[in-house]
Amino acid sequence: MFASKRLQKELAKLHEKLPPGITLIRADDFSEWLMDIRVIDSNPLYQGEVYRLKFNFSQSYPIEAPEVVFVRDESHPIPWHPHVYSNGIICLDLLDRQGWSPVHNVESICVSLQSMLTSNTKKERPPGDENFVRYNTQRPRDINFVFHDKNV
Amino acid sequence: MDSDDEFNSSQVSEDEFMQDSDVDLVDDDSDFDMDQDDVGFETQDKDIKPSKQAYEVDFKVFDPEQIQQTQDKQITDVSAILGQPPEATAILLRHLRWNKERLIDKYMEDQDGILESAGLGESATHNPPKIIRVKGFVCDICCEDGPELDTFAMKCGHRFCVGCYRQYLYTKIKDEGEAARIRCPGDGCNRVVDSKSLDLLVAEDLRDRYQELLTRTYVDDKENLRWCPAPNCVYAVECGVKDKELKRIVPTVHCECGHYFCFGCSLNDHQPAPCALVKKWLKKCEDDSETANWISANTKECPKCHSTIEKNGGCNHMTCRKCRHEFCWMCMGVWSEHGTSWYNCNRYEEKSGSEARDAQAKSRQSLERYLHYYNRYANHEQSAKLDKDIYLKTEKKMQQLQNTTGMSWIEVQFLDTASQALQQCRQTLKWTYAFAYYLARNNLTEIFEDNQKDLEMAVENLSEMFEKPIDQLKGLKVDMMDKTAYCNKRRIILLNDTAENLKQGNWEFNVSMS
Ligand SMILES: [Zn+2]
Ligand SMILES: [Zn+2]
Ligand SMILES: [Zn+2]
Ligand SMILES: [Zn+2]
Ligand SMILES: [Zn+2]
Ligand SMILES: [Zn+2]
Repeated sequence: MFASKRLQKELAKLHEKLPPGITLIRADDFSEWLMDIRVIDSNPLYQGEVYRLKFNFSQSYPIEAPEVVFVRDESHPIPWHPHVYSNGIICLDLLDRQGWSPVHNVESICVSLQSMLTSNTKKERPPGDENFVRYNTQRPRDINFVFHDKNV
Repeated sequence: MDSDDEFNSSQVSEDEFMQDSDVDLVDDDSDFDMDQDDVGFETQDKDIKPSKQAYEVDFKVFDPEQIQQTQDKQITDVSAILGQPPEATAILLRHLRWNKERLIDKYMEDQDGILESAGLGESATHNPPKIIRVKGFVCDICCEDGPELDTFAMKCGHRFCVGCYRQYLYTKIKDEGEAARIRCPGDGCNRVVDSKSLDLLVAEDLRDRYQELLTRTYVDDKENLRWCPAPNCVYAVECGVKDKELKRIVPTVHCECGHYFCFGCSLNDHQPAPCALVKKWLKKCEDDSETANWISANTKECPKCHSTIEKNGGCNHMTCRKCRHEFCWMCMGVWSEHGTSWYNCNRYEEKSGSEARDAQAKSRQSLERYLHYYNRYANHEQSAKLDKDIYLKTEKKMQQLQNTTGMSWIEVQFLDTASQALQQCRQTLKWTYAFAYYLARNNLTEIFEDNQKDLEMAVENLSEMFEKPIDQLKGLKVDMMDKTAYCNKRRIILLNDTAENLKQGNWEFNVSMS
């Protein structure tokens, strides 16, 4: 259907060629994909680390934004960033209902997140991280983030 | 305490309502009058007009059709002034939240700027939107291409296949309930989808939903319009009371569906307590709900013979079945003393200072004080429910009796009127206790407490009549009608007194009103 047709095309393109620092890990179906990203410049905050992203697509992707979170395992930490909670939830207007445009795709999201990390200099979590991580029970798409600064 | 959210309304017959609206609901400054000098809702910076009673405010109820008409009328008017087509004008008005003056000012100041920020870009007067096929086109949403693909773009030039555009609009309108500010699907494009483009792309069924949503945003955006919060009610109410006036006015409005609600906060009618105190009170009740829980119990012991007594009607005048002792459910005091001037069931007597010297005693005293008011607040709420139950039972029996006694439907209407008065008076009484809790003593509080006591007695006397056997009710008609009228009168006296003093800033509260 709508989402699978588009994802099929994206997948074909991802198999063909990927920007540096971005790797396709798993795309067995059209509902959940795993991607790895790493920062390619010399930002000391992220040196030598690889981060894993989990994408969840709804039936109406790409009209609806996918749900994108960082996932943690032995070899993949959650990157430090004032817009990334320690449980991997990302507060980025691109992924928000208001900021999302259906012309975005998996690759462009990965690139955006990559550059979001590249330009960051603060080894920080968002304000209220501890409480948010403990009490949040909402899915990322249902959270109403307030975007403090649009530059990050 | 979720009780305040409970829907509480009276069924008012259409005739009665029409009468009402002719007498005191007329607000001739309204946009809806469609007068030529249409100054808009926002500019009613006049003082609140004196209405029939000090506690009443001017308001007007509108059905969906009237709202639509007003909206259309404003669009047409402004369209003529700006020289923009209605579609673009509608977008501009929504963009500035229906503030017509601000729109005209801004438009005169910087036409291109305002058009740009509303997502209209250059003049929208030429080139109506159309669906075309483009050679070599690839849709950035579905990634399809081909010469057969129908495509659409607004003035911004972000072109997508019609299928994707439609899917996008469906999602926005149906799933996300968006209407007034749907933007072009292009990345970072702020252009708003206008209604002409929408007409071209979406099917009839969605267009209705779209219009409905647009009307919703119209009311949402207007400071002096509010939806009636009653479930499934389609009416909106217009009232000129502003947020900053809510410290001095409690604007209760009456929807055509029968629901009384506060225009300031949309909660059920909470006169005489101002919105700010209501908010504080409800919060306090919620925080202290455990402390106060035992109160709502429906059984107590007779203070004389200690047999268990169950309350099954609203009336607080209790008579023990076993020993015939008459007492007050609220304070457990002797009932015969309640009518007398020196007995105060409603007033909280502060203990003398010597008693409350240490912190523990103080905190106990403050809890006692709270419980005194909470008790009465909760009790009237409960009693209102019991009153209603007993009325419904009575009405049912009455209907069964109608055939045998020959009493006509019209003849039993006095019961309905009495029941409604009881509901309304208990609602008022309930909030007088929240009001009193925050009230600091001054030379006016005694008058208030006397009014409260008088209304309370009037209400209990009327409530008591509902517990009379059905066969006696017919003979009590005149008495009941008198008692109903008296209740209403006492309520008006109390509300006028509190409203007038509130307006003049004569009340002192022991909390800040912000
Ligand atoms: Zn397409
Ligand atoms: Zn665009
Ligand atoms: Zn209503
Ligand atoms: Zn209110
Ligand atoms: Zn007894
Ligand atoms: Zn009493």
